[in-house]
Amino acid sequence: MIPPAFEYARPASVEEAVRTLADAGEDAKVLAGGQSLLPLLRLRLAFPELVVDIGRIPELRGIREDEGTLIIGAMTSHHDVIRDPRVRRHAGLLAAATATVADPAVRHRGTLGGSLAHADPAGDLPAVILALDATLIAEGPAGRRAIPAREFFVDYLQTALHPDELLVEVEIPTVDGWGFHYEKFHRVAQAWAVVGVAALVRRDNGHIAEARIGLTNMGSTPLRAAATEEALVGAAAPGAVQRAAEVAADGTHPSSDPSASPAYRAHLAQVLTKRAVLTAGGMG
Amino acid sequence: MTRISVKVDGTTYEDEVEPRLLLVHYLRDRLGLTGTPVGCDTSNCGACTVDLDGESVKSCSVLAVQADGSEVTTVQGLARDGEWHPLQSAFHERHALQCGYCTPGMIMAARDLLRENPDPTADDVRQALEGNLCRCTGYQNIVRAVLAASGQEVTT
Ligand SMILES: Cc1cc2nc3c(=O)[nH]c(=O)nc-3n(C[C@H](O)[C@H](O)[C@H](O)COP(=O)(O)OP(=O)(O)OC[C@H]3O[C@@H](n4cnc5c(N)ncnc54)[C@H](O)[C@@H]3O)c2cc1C
Ligand code: FES
Ligand code: FES
Repeated sequence: MIPPAFEYARPASVEEAVRTLADAGEDAKVLAGGQSLLPLLRLRLAFPELVVDIGRIPELRGIREDEGTLIIGAMTSHHDVIRDPRVRRHAGLLAAATATVADPAVRHRGTLGGSLAHADPAGDLPAVILALDATLIAEGPAGRRAIPAREFFVDYLQTALHPDELLVEVEIPTVDGWGFHYEKFHRVAQAWAVVGVAALVRRDNGHIAEARIGLTNMGSTPLRAAATEEALVGAAAPGAVQRAAEVAADGTHPSSDPSASPAYRAHLAQVLTKRAVLTAGGMG
Repeated sequence: MTRISVKVDGTTYEDEVEPRLLLVHYLRDRLGLTGTPVGCDTSNCGACTVDLDGESVKSCSVLAVQADGSEVTTVQGLARDGEWHPLQSAFHERHALQCGYCTPGMIMAARDLLRENPDPTADDVRQALEGNLCRCTGYQNIVRAVLAASGQEVTT
């Protein structure tokens, strides 16, 4: 279908973009890679008066390192995230999970910032960012503020961003030496996750010293499997991992849709958590 | 209306367009380049794949105004001096199409793969074409055609 009519602005800087958004009020929409927004416009599920295209703001694109932190611009494409040697070295989980997003053509346009700001519970990157304990940097008329990933995802398709704020970058504390794996269950290659599990595991002397587990599509926001994380400390054998994974769905409220019931999603969370942790910990 | 300048298959066009105009509709309805089809409403099928500044994109998921100042190559811009592109020849020779609706997108996506990975395995080809749906062929001959176009011997 043809999208509804809208006005179009293409600011050249973050400052100009924020001013444009503040002047427009609630009826403006940011356009990043467009890989979620354009399908919504085509299906006439969104009716913005003004579309603010942030695709030509150079300062929003790119990756840099700063003393144990990897800083990724919001407009950095999925494709560039996957290819970047610093991401692979210092936050391999993000590169691995991003490679499972959609397909090559969508990954050329779609951006890290867009995936996080869109906050689809079936999106792969919110749970990964949560497991990485990242910090999201927003910029609005009053300047910049830092939002911890745990506070960023508020509800289904809702974030802590104000309508006149842009997500400008994502700060990821590096996890060199940690084992990682993203286990995604989906029906066909290009499809969204029915459930996904992002696992980060730090091993010490043959046992798990620390684990972080992010869950995709187990509720209206991405979640951490807190009970499993606790139970994994000290685990040295697959049996202990299996027992810890049995509480992966504790405290979650997965939705029901044509591809899965809540009970089936809870089952998947347990199975996928076990697989993800065994692979991340090199114990499989 | 917004003014854009886009180079498509080697020719530069200057136009006034509505911001909501999709790149694929600009190519088909304004420029008459109907070699790029629309196969879905959900950005899933990949039939509309074109090259935008050196990367494959789904032209139904890009606004024409986003292509301002850019260079677009469609399947109609691949032949040189009347000679088909190796992918076009390989699809023809290996019977990699039946109705042909998915073919422009398959060829543009495969071209993107071969640029990054000139010697792909059959599995690499399947991965690279995950965003391109074919309802006729069962994909076997498409994979063989891409491998053949890469210059590799295809035995099966
Ligand atoms: C066929 C298909 C399959 C897909 N499969 C998957 C999948 O398996 N897993 C997955 O995770 N994703 C998938 N996606 C979605 C894809 O990852 C998108 O790239 C992503 O959801 C949105 O990123 P974008 O840059 O395209 O954002 P856009 O579509 O441009 O924007 C999305 C939303 O975020 C807002 N926004 C974007 N950037 C900012 C910013 N910097 N500041 C404030 N607000 C902003 C926009 O206003 C809009 O509301 C798929 C998409 C398609 C078309
Ligand atoms: S028309 Fe189906 S992906 Fe573009
Ligand atoms: S040949 Fe008919 S859809 Fe592929």
